[in-house]
Amino acid sequence: MIEPTYTIEESEELVHPGHLACQGCGATIAMRYVLKALGKKTVVVIPACCWSIIVGLFPSSCLDVPLIHTAFETAAAAATGARAALDVQGQEDVNVLAWAGDGGTFDIGFQALSGAAERNENIIYCCYDNEAYMNTGIQRSSATPVGAWTTTTPQGGLEDRPKKDIVRIMAAHNVPYTATANVAFPDDLYQKIKKAASYKGMKFIHILSPCPTGWRIPSSESIEVARLATLSNVFPLYEVINGSKWRVTYIPQKKVPVEKYLEAQARFRLMGEEEKKRIQKNVDEYWKELLKRAKR
Amino acid sequence: MKKVLMGNFAASHGVRLSRAQVISAYPITPQTHVVEELSAMVARGDLNAKFIKVESEHSALACCIAASVMGARAFTATSSHGLLLMHELLHWAAGGRLPIVMVAVNRAIAPGWNIWNEQTDTLSQRDTGWIQLYCASNQEILDTVIQAFKLAELVKIPVMVIYDAFILSHTYEPVDIPDQKVVDKFLPPINNPEALKVGEARAFGSVTNPDFHMEFRLKLHDTYERAMEKFSEIDAEYAKLTGRNYGIVEPYQCSDAELIMVTAGSLAGPTRMVVDGLRAKGIKAGRVKLKMFRPFPVEALKEALKPAKKILVLDRNLSPGTGGIFAQELRVALKEDKRPVWGFVAGLGGRDITPELIESMFFDALGAEVPVSNTIFKGVRL
Repeated sequence: MIEPTYTIEESEELVHPGHLACQGCGATIAMRYVLKALGKKTVVVIPACCWSIIVGLFPSSCLDVPLIHTAFETAAAAATGARAALDVQGQEDVNVLAWAGDGGTFDIGFQALSGAAERNENIIYCCYDNEAYMNTGIQRSSATPVGAWTTTTPQGGLEDRPKKDIVRIMAAHNVPYTATANVAFPDDLYQKIKKAASYKGMKFIHILSPCPTGWRIPSSESIEVARLATLSNVFPLYEVINGSKWRVTYIPQKKVPVEKYLEAQARFRLMGEEEKKRIQKNVDEYWKELLKRAKR
Repeated sequence: MKKVLMGNFAASHGVRLSRAQVISAYPITPQTHVVEELSAMVARGDLNAKFIKVESEHSALACCIAASVMGARAFTATSSHGLLLMHELLHWAAGGRLPIVMVAVNRAIAPGWNIWNEQTDTLSQRDTGWIQLYCASNQEILDTVIQAFKLAELVKIPVMVIYDAFILSHTYEPVDIPDQKVVDKFLPPINNPEALKVGEARAFGSVTNPDFHMEFRLKLHDTYERAMEKFSEIDAEYAKLTGRNYGIVEPYQCSDAELIMVTAGSLAGPTRMVVDGLRAKGIKAGRVKLKMFRPFPVEALKEALKPAKKILVLDRNLSPGTGGIFAQELRVALKEDKRPVWGFVAGLGGRDITPELIESMFFDALGAEVPVSNTIFKGVRL
């Protein structure tokens, strides 16, 4: 069991100051940990997403590794191409990291992602999930949770559809490694990336990355809110090996009510009591089922 | 070595001889044989490449783009709807100055579903920044693929090698396959100093604000224009090694011709035949085959068309409301010119363009001072 601590060994910083992220941006913290785990022998592929901007405008880049910007829906396909080139050049030991937001993963990039997973391309695909199209100004994606306000769901909870279960979908491709991670649990994230890199084939990591702007939270509370997501079981931490072996990597010692997570964010302000209760019920059921799957 | 090959296989041999390193493609009729044969070549060990069977044409080109960014020689092939699906990434490849080569087999666009020949698919991609080379024989396909890699890598602009569905793609012709040694001499291994390298902190395709964007496009535009002369040099070098070259335009019987028809692709054959027939009847006809469409060879065309009193364009494509695309481009190129231009549109969706039909176009132009309209549909029932 990994407690929400930070014990990552000092290693080379590959994300440098001067990036263009908003204060409290989870996606930036996520990239920092992931590159610490992968090291300098990495090529990064970024489709249209917040990170297209965060990394810096031409001719600057805050990353200390080669970076390929690519079209919105092509992260997995472009990573495939980079991998192929490195392999024909005899550079099989280099990591290829596809780094996409939830829109580029759950929605527009999903076809290419499924294709790359089915072919078991030797890449690490990280989706930093801030639960909406934040770069374009907070529009709903299929990763937006029930009841959340966005500029295209002005009534909040009206769209009563569960968030797309991307990890189960990716695990169903029977790829070597699939996992969830959360920037508020850096050790867990770091170790999962290290573990992912040790497998040959497709690795998919779904990283919860708070967006203070879109979640309507003070930037100083970014990590606190992200932590509540896992402590309340809204965003459980687990991994799936070869699509079949499920393991929960963090079990909260003291259950935090979902309400606490929801009430910490103004994006859920339009949500009624009934809705909150229903979400608590769904979260409990999902957690129970996850534990059951992990026991098998 | 001579072999009887269909056009698609001629393309595959061109890619094999060019030692492409990353091939990524998705099946679409009538292109499919190109990549079927390439995957067989890779499986047999005749070609040392990664062959990636992606889930769409969009991903095929995305894959080639990233492979090219990393410095590999990349190839894909497609047709019609596949090419249109790639449209966004065609801009990425050219804007990114990536020396990718693609075979595009001209096929009509739905609705209704139509797998037969028409050139609207590639011509509608004319503003993407790709160099476009149209072929008229299976031999020309093989040779042009090899030349295309050299040209693309020299000017750092992607190149489309284009030929007609079925008329060339599925038709067998004797093709001379050059020795690997000859091709290796002509086309050395790819060496792109701008490619990203592991360990270096460089980025491809970063956000460019208005302070930079325009200069990137200007550089592309300038180099694009120079690509014409580079191609002529490459063509001459290729001729020294193989005895074959094609030119950016190929005039036939033009030196004293009063009527000259401009066309591209496999129509070069029947139009030449018709010119011979007309000459036998004492009519001074000529034909210009356009090989390079992008960049558009304005000067070469003007030169070839100099003797003509009347100009005819045969377009197997349509820009609805405007007419044939070659005619449109030619009219712009000849804007100071007072000579009449007959714009004929025929053969859409694979309808046959018979020698008789072509001949009737010449007679139309012979029998009138000016065309009856800007665009004249031929071989059509309405």
